[in-house]
Amino acid sequence: MTSDIVARTPGDPPLGDIAAPASFGSVTSLIRQSAAGVVLMIVVLLGVILFGSKFANTGNFSNLAVASSFLAIIAIGMTFVIISGGIDLSVGSMYALAAVLAAYSSRWGSVAGIVVPIVTCAVIGFVQGSLIGKLGMPPFIVTLAGLLFARGLAFKVSDDGNTTHLIDRDRWMTNLGQERVLGVGVPVWIALTLFGGGLVLLNRTRLGQAVFAIGGSEDASVLMGLRVARVKIILYTITGLLGGLAGMLVAARSSSGLSTIGGGLELEAIAAVVIGGTLLSGGAGGLTGTLTGVLLLGVIQNLINQVGTLRSFHQQVVSGLFLIMVVTAQTIVGRREQS
Amino acid sequence: MTTGEAAARWRSGISLRTHGVYAALGIVIAFNLLFTPNFATVTNVRLQLVQVTPIVVVALGMAVVVATAGIDLSVGATMALAAATLAATIDRGPAIAIAIALLVGVLAGLFNGVLVGVVRIQPIVATLGLFIAGRGFALMIADGRLTEIFDPTIRSIGTKRLVGGFQAGVFVALSLTVIIGVLVRYTVFGKRVVAIGGSPDAARTAGLPVRPSLILVYALSGGLAAVAGVLATARSGAADPSFVGLLIELSAITAVVVGGTPLAGGEIRVMGTVAGALLMQLIFATLIRHDLSDADARMVQALIIVAAVYIQRGRLR
Repeated sequence: MTSDIVARTPGDPPLGDIAAPASFGSVTSLIRQSAAGVVLMIVVLLGVILFGSKFANTGNFSNLAVASSFLAIIAIGMTFVIISGGIDLSVGSMYALAAVLAAYSSRWGSVAGIVVPIVTCAVIGFVQGSLIGKLGMPPFIVTLAGLLFARGLAFKVSDDGNTTHLIDRDRWMTNLGQERVLGVGVPVWIALTLFGGGLVLLNRTRLGQAVFAIGGSEDASVLMGLRVARVKIILYTITGLLGGLAGMLVAARSSSGLSTIGGGLELEAIAAVVIGGTLLSGGAGGLTGTLTGVLLLGVIQNLINQVGTLRSFHQQVVSGLFLIMVVTAQTIVGRREQS
Repeated sequence: MTTGEAAARWRSGISLRTHGVYAALGIVIAFNLLFTPNFATVTNVRLQLVQVTPIVVVALGMAVVVATAGIDLSVGATMALAAATLAATIDRGPAIAIAIALLVGVLAGLFNGVLVGVVRIQPIVATLGLFIAGRGFALMIADGRLTEIFDPTIRSIGTKRLVGGFQAGVFVALSLTVIIGVLVRYTVFGKRVVAIGGSPDAARTAGLPVRPSLILVYALSGGLAAVAGVLATARSGAADPSFVGLLIELSAITAVVVGGTPLAGGEIRVMGTVAGALLMQLIFATLIRHDLSDADARMVQALIIVAAVYIQRGRLR
């Protein structure tokens, strides 16, 4: 992979029309980025051919979109972290913690039910970011500890998993999970808004440029005068916040907070990001690919649900093999391009 | 690494960073001897050792993988695969069933090894594939069900008390610790592993067989995970692909890191890894015994991991 991040001094104004990071320019990353999109089209086409209107109807697509929106919200944050060369394993636990906290604090009203989980997860993310950014501890371990901590806290709030807090039916926060606007579920609108915001943040702001620069070469970024520690703190705070938001939304959708949800969600998010063509080594990637990756995983699951005889573990097998195939293809194509 | 460097490393090697885990283990044991009733009973020692056995076995393989600057997320799924295979082939007799289960583990590891060594996919992504698919495969083999195993040989592996009243699993873990310890310290393979982790490019330039070594490392990890899967199945008397080895990759990685092997690779501490696994197990048991809830115990464990890595952080980059 050719690392052709344009070195920019932090004082420069955000790039205007040529805002797309330079890494998108190379043929390699173009192939990597679009591979998932091509595969997504093929899989959707396959679904239409095999299941016809049973798959291709607005009701099913709408369900698929809502089901994918929680992972999408989390994967947006994960994309930022991975492009910066980091990783966040704590988001699945944050998701569960937020769901539990949302249901628990909804007793004080909807505002508390929304704010408490998001702020708590953002604070945990901030602490993780500080340990990673300020103290230079490895993200993998710090967020592994975060995974344990957040899950422990989720269990604690729900009496070791014995109590499932419910959200009262007349709390308006449940609308965030259950209502539709223009025929589309609110979580989908939120995910799309965040996706748009994320695109701007990543491609049109100094923070976005810094994220690419740090992922490309942290040492060079330090030499360039980027405030690496601060950027990292911001990134992990954002992933925590988004994990919290997704968990709050899922609680609003189901009117309850289960402490056991979200196990392995962090790895699903990583899978979506990687399928979308973002390099785990950092420095290159994008949100469009991530959204494609999320949808791809969602469509595979949906198609397997269409076949009545297949069970959830079949979906695991297909998703896992899929990940391996896509990544293998990306790696081989990337190497050929390079040589 | 020359012998001179090794000697120098050895002389300068005793520090809180590298040997803190033993000190911490000593403190936890001392605390328990003083404040926990019925801690130093044979029954409790047996229980703790039996419980930590699968983690130790998996962590030994993980330590070797981490030494090459890799990681293996698929070990829990591989345990499930081995358990499901064991149950599916038990009709052919226990020896053959165990052999096939272990073979499946090695094959899973080989698969990871090819992805990492030959295709050169980053280890975390390469093993994420089997992490997701492996447990699915296991459930497919087992038709999504828990399968009880009535074979007397398998059952006796899990339950029969041998020397000192310990079950076979404890001795298996002990032997594997010695074998891996010897392997990494005294064989060419061990030196290659550390060299690859230290600098893959340098290792390649120096003409070391990087690809075969990496394939072997992941095969070893897969094989050890299968051993853990067989032991766990034997102990519970049933193959439960949904839950066997669930999240064990996290415990194993924790044991490796707390034990002083840096995630960046280039170094391995086998005894430290075993001590790390024992430490986390004992801390958890101690907290539970002192009336902390499961939830609190997890949170304390998280803080201990952060503290352990904070102490070691000088070496991690």
